[in-house]
Amino acid sequence: MRIRALVRRIVLQLVRDKRTLALLFIAPLLILTLMHFLFTSNGVPSKIGIEGLSSEMVERLEKLEIDVVSFQETSDIEDTIIDNELDGYLVSEGETLSLTVENTDPSRSNLLQAKIQQAISSGPSELVESGFKTNYIYGSEHTSFFDVLSPILVGFFVFFFVFLISGIGLLRERMTGTLERLLSTPIRRWEIVVGYLIGYGLFAIIQTIIVVVYAVNVLDMVLVGSIWHVLVTNVLIALVALSLGILLSSFAASEFQMIQFIPLVIVPQVFFTGIIPIAGMPEWLQIFSKVMPISYGANALKSIMYKGTGLSEVLTDLLVLIGFATVFIALNIVALKKYREI
Amino acid sequence: MSVLHVNNVSKSYGKHQILCNVQFSAQQGQIVGLIGPSGSGKTTIIKIVMGMDHPSAGNVEVLQKQVPDLRLLKQIGYMAQSDALYQDLTGYENLTFFASMFLMSKKEQQERISYVVNLVQLESAIKKRVATYSGGMKRRLSLAVALIQNPPLLILDEPTVGIDPELRKSIWQELTRLKNEEQKTIIVTTHVMDEAEKCDDLVMIREGRVITTGSPQKLKDDYQVTTLEEVFLKAGGEAHAHQSIS
Repeated sequence: MRIRALVRRIVLQLVRDKRTLALLFIAPLLILTLMHFLFTSNGVPSKIGIEGLSSEMVERLEKLEIDVVSFQETSDIEDTIIDNELDGYLVSEGETLSLTVENTDPSRSNLLQAKIQQAISSGPSELVESGFKTNYIYGSEHTSFFDVLSPILVGFFVFFFVFLISGIGLLRERMTGTLERLLSTPIRRWEIVVGYLIGYGLFAIIQTIIVVVYAVNVLDMVLVGSIWHVLVTNVLIALVALSLGILLSSFAASEFQMIQFIPLVIVPQVFFTGIIPIAGMPEWLQIFSKVMPISYGANALKSIMYKGTGLSEVLTDLLVLIGFATVFIALNIVALKKYREI
Repeated sequence: MSVLHVNNVSKSYGKHQILCNVQFSAQQGQIVGLIGPSGSGKTTIIKIVMGMDHPSAGNVEVLQKQVPDLRLLKQIGYMAQSDALYQDLTGYENLTFFASMFLMSKKEQQERISYVVNLVQLESAIKKRVATYSGGMKRRLSLAVALIQNPPLLILDEPTVGIDPELRKSIWQELTRLKNEEQKTIIVTTHVMDEAEKCDDLVMIREGRVITTGSPQKLKDDYQVTTLEEVFLKAGGEAHAHQSIS
């Protein structure tokens, strides 16, 4: 009952704070949109050559806005692609499919691959099993960059805004003296922490839904996996951000000091999300990525959105996120001892 | 009946001693004033009585129970120096929120809220957001919050600091009424001497030590002076002299 009152109060306060609500729900959309236009090539549909594909497969490809040109037995795929100004060439070789991409624009190649993957996924299962292999005319698979960025961005925004707003929420309560007054009532310390988690958690879930739905439907972000899996992962990321935000707020004496945690806590996490390939870092630096909650969230989101894996494949990442949240929540309950012994 | 008993309480942070052997008690239906300048340790005493801070030595008993005890917090109405209200919520929502913390039934909540709102005369503004309140209205709402669970013991830290004389008068009238009609025990901290006159019992504090205790009249007679200000100076001087000898 106390927790319910606390949740109700937090919801009321946030609903009345229109500006914070806008920051929480609209700012991520604005930034995502901007990033989208910065990083994706214009909407010219991909054009590929095909050879020996079933008519159902062709239909599925066309549904995904790919211009399909049929060819008979080409001797040189590379020449055909270049002469006909194609983005790629898809050949059926018995059981497996083989794609050759032109790849001067890696993000375009990635989009094409994702779409073909999508087309295969919705087809018969033996094709899904064998997948397809990709050959590159220019560059290699390592040139991919920006499409990997989008799942990371989704996770990052959820983390950042939830961290900031929940942290400042508790901080304000501490500074105005209402926390002291709250602790002069028989409420238990864990009830405060749980109340905060649920209260701000509700807004974090709404934010996640808005961001993901917008990114996938409006910005056409690549989403091979299930949107539900993306939501589950994001809710866990939000939980970690929430508990870390309110924990760090007890080390800040003012809103300004809370902002100072951004370069200290948030910015380093960005570097370890996979925007900069972790595998290429020196070993001692890689260890850092192990203690960055976002790196696990980003990894899970990348797998689900980009590679289309299910929750079981990213279970380790999700468990680590739950672990982080559990530790932070426990520390929060202990940290409140500073204000009341029992 | 003794409602509060502070027993030989000392408190130090590292080498810095804030309280030294503080001892006093409060009987039911009494207003006890903790008198002393800012920084003398009044707020620390209150924090220790509330169980928010723990003493380095000594102990505190409230209503025959050892502090700290979570159950005791229902028995103590607490009003801090700052107003400590949720600015985005209305006065009514603030009261409902704090009432919920004491697990009152809906009916009980309604009764208590209308009672305390009437008491502090905030009926007309109770549905407005606290952010729109004047300083005096916030103070009154803060007092109403402290009274919401109908506690036998009220602890008010500088309840009249920074408010106009008229409101100060009305708050003191209210405290006297609560004492007389509802037999509440009230602990008040202040550094204003004319407020001290209104207390039944005074505990004068300087640099973390109790320099003298007693009713205002008894103190003035003992020290053969006419004002409490002089009592404070004289008692403080003696304690100081005593301290330097020992």
